[in-house]
Amino acid sequence: MSATDVPPPYSAVARHGVFPEVKHDEAARFNFLANVNKALAGFSAGNKLAYDNRVLPAFRAEHGRDPVDRFEIRHAMNKDPWHRYWSALKRNSMEMRQQNGRSLVLRQLDELDAKARQYNEGRETLVLNRDVAVPRYQAAIDIHCMPGSYHGEERPGDVSAGANYDVGIFATTGGGLGALSDGGGQALVDWIKRERPGWVPKRILDLGCTVGHNIVPLALAFPETEIIAIDTAAPSLRYGHARAQSMGAHNITFIQMNAEELAFPDGHFDWVQTTMYLHELSGKALPKIIQEGVRVLAPGGLMLHLEQPQYSDDMPLYEQFIRDWDAFNNNEPFWSAMHALDLKSIMVAAGLPRESLFVTGVRAVVDEAIFPRQDTGVEDHGRAAVWNAYGAWKPA
Amino acid sequence: MNDTIDWIARAGAKAKGKRPAYFEDPAIDRTLSIVMALASEVSVMRERMDTIERLLEAKGSLTRADIEAYTPDRVAGAERGLLTKAFVARILRGVQQDMEALAVEEKPVEVLSQELRNL
Repeated sequence: MSATDVPPPYSAVARHGVFPEVKHDEAARFNFLANVNKALAGFSAGNKLAYDNRVLPAFRAEHGRDPVDRFEIRHAMNKDPWHRYWSALKRNSMEMRQQNGRSLVLRQLDELDAKARQYNEGRETLVLNRDVAVPRYQAAIDIHCMPGSYHGEERPGDVSAGANYDVGIFATTGGGLGALSDGGGQALVDWIKRERPGWVPKRILDLGCTVGHNIVPLALAFPETEIIAIDTAAPSLRYGHARAQSMGAHNITFIQMNAEELAFPDGHFDWVQTTMYLHELSGKALPKIIQEGVRVLAPGGLMLHLEQPQYSDDMPLYEQFIRDWDAFNNNEPFWSAMHALDLKSIMVAAGLPRESLFVTGVRAVVDEAIFPRQDTGVEDHGRAAVWNAYGAWKPA
Repeated sequence: MNDTIDWIARAGAKAKGKRPAYFEDPAIDRTLSIVMALASEVSVMRERMDTIERLLEAKGSLTRADIEAYTPDRVAGAERGLLTKAFVARILRGVQQDMEALAVEEKPVEVLSQELRNL
């Protein structure tokens, strides 16, 4: 049996300077959930069996044709008892993860807020702005079933949302994102070092940074680079800034700002990027944000968006349906629409020539002695840390 | 600790957004949540027992602080991971066997019983 069959223990999660204290039993709850999630990912094969052996035949018998899109498959599958049970278990694992994360964070909120203040107070690298409203697409629903989403506060000025997000990523991904849940950011470092050896960007802009877990690796890899990380959620920024500072990433300025209206001059950055962000926007916000990103990108600069693969005509409808699970069962309401968008055309409309665009595959970079590789074994559709990078080098 | 927030109540806050109904009878949704929470707590107790056993084996006595401070080494971590994986496999056995049943056509045993009479 290979080591990757069992998720690593929660004790393998790295403790940075503002990481909450995790008691023995709280870690054990995450260990249970990591194993449940791993088991459910394996059981997803049952969804395919149910589809092939009874849902699709019944659909054909009723309609005299095959389903035309992933929505028809979803409606048919939602009547299937096996798929229902699998979904109910998976939804519960998400809810349990939130309760455990919030429980451990909220019981020690005084200490956590105090720790964050130590790193945050009087620092010019954290710029909060009360006038930045929570966008409607963020306020509509609590993303990932996180009560309060990224922006909720249990009391004014706290870090509860950021801390809860950080402590539970391990459980949802079965350790797939590594000790600091930064496998995405590590993948970016790995990719750029191979793609452009020796390139040192002067300024990087990270949009929708949440707790900054994917931008810190770039900051540490490029200590001379000035990095701006923005988000609309103050509690996530407070936590993210303190987290980054505690890890020695002093070259990131965290700013509360809406990416739809970037307060930077044209051509200000050599690299504008997002990680797992575009699917949490809206139909109008996404093209606007891409357009703003292209505007502030310098000629010769890099635009890069890390996401789960887009649904193309080449992707079987069943796979589109199963990749859509989080959209309808884990409070990701833009996920489905976003993954069907033609990102290339949106980037072209924003001013990037089509020939400057590229798509490349990347997977989480983790310490493989401890954490599971993400391109082996059963794929947890929509969750696996195997992404596509949708990018462009802006013509010089 | 903090005295200003009822952290137990707030930990269980409902996330904004209508929860999908997975079963016709909402009681089944609720019961499954309870069963999974109980399963989690059994797993937690089993892991705690493992910690106690390992500490006692190594030192002959322990304090509650020792339990909180315990960090498994690589071998112990892998052994405990297997314990949890096996526990999860046991509680999800029915789901897993239903999945296997989806892959094959099987006659009811009653039909087989009839057939065997004439075999």
